[in-house]
Amino acid sequence: MQYQADVTIELKAGMLDPEGTTIKRALEHLGYETDSVRTAKKYTITLEAENIHDARENVEEMCQKLIANPIIHNYAISLRETE
Amino acid sequence: MSIAIVQFGGSNCDLDVLHVLKDVVGVDAELVWYKEENLDRFDGIVIPGGFSYGDYLRAGAIAARTPIMNSVKKQAEAGKPVIGICNGFQVLTESGLLDGALTTNNYPKFRCESTFLRVETTDTPFTSAFRKGDILSIPIAHMEGNFYADEPTLARMEDNSQVAFRYVDKNGKVTDEVNPNGSQENIAGIVSTQKNVLGMMPHPERASEDVLGSSDGLRIFKSMAEYISSC
Repeated sequence: MQYQADVTIELKAGMLDPEGTTIKRALEHLGYETDSVRTAKKYTITLEAENIHDARENVEEMCQKLIANPIIHNYAISLRETE
Repeated sequence: MSIAIVQFGGSNCDLDVLHVLKDVVGVDAELVWYKEENLDRFDGIVIPGGFSYGDYLRAGAIAARTPIMNSVKKQAEAGKPVIGICNGFQVLTESGLLDGALTTNNYPKFRCESTFLRVETTDTPFTSAFRKGDILSIPIAHMEGNFYADEPTLARMEDNSQVAFRYVDKNGKVTDEVNPNGSQENIAGIVSTQKNVLGMMPHPERASEDVLGSSDGLRIFKSMAEYISSC
């Protein structure tokens, strides 16, 4: 089966996000008040696996070994079977 | 004595380091492509600055997973001295050879300027030629140099004297104003638990000859060479 994983990587809460802060400030210049703006990166990965459990395990491992840096990042995986 | 200078796609301070080691320090040094898997013949390793793999994913992340890094780990475990400069420091944290992580500067721009560093420990193969508290003038050039480690890690590093250099003013005082990137505790360079792996954001190879305005960085390479000679 083919699966698509949407992996979202974001800085842990409390970590400085200068890009987010700059965007927040730019929004203020446009007249939009926000409480906070945090940036995140999304990776879309398609892969073959026997079942959704195996696919998740595989993507988890990818996140831990490369895609996220566990010292500074949290990650979330959203997985679905492709058509 | 021979020192390896690791080249990744996108390294760009490799030739500067080669020049300083060969022509200024006067030791044998060799550029080694990242596909090399055996570094046994070298006595020390430098991972130079640059933009390995275009800083894709995170600065240093891809380079940290190349074949040569397994060998760098092996040599580091054997006690050989390893220096990572700028992008090289990022590669060393990404590979787990050094604690912490280097994130985007608190003011998110590329900063290229002279900085003053204070030597925090002389008990490393790279700082033995200094006295504790010496102030060095060495330039930085980076956008992801904001050193971060969680509190327990930071406390352990302080207890174990693993902070090698801090950003200070010209009188040696640690202040927020002279912290160029938001690094915790003004940290500019750290060593591993065993002290034989150094990572630093400032570029000592750009401050190794008087004609460049400072030769303070030269003593780091000289310390490393003396350490190797004494082994």
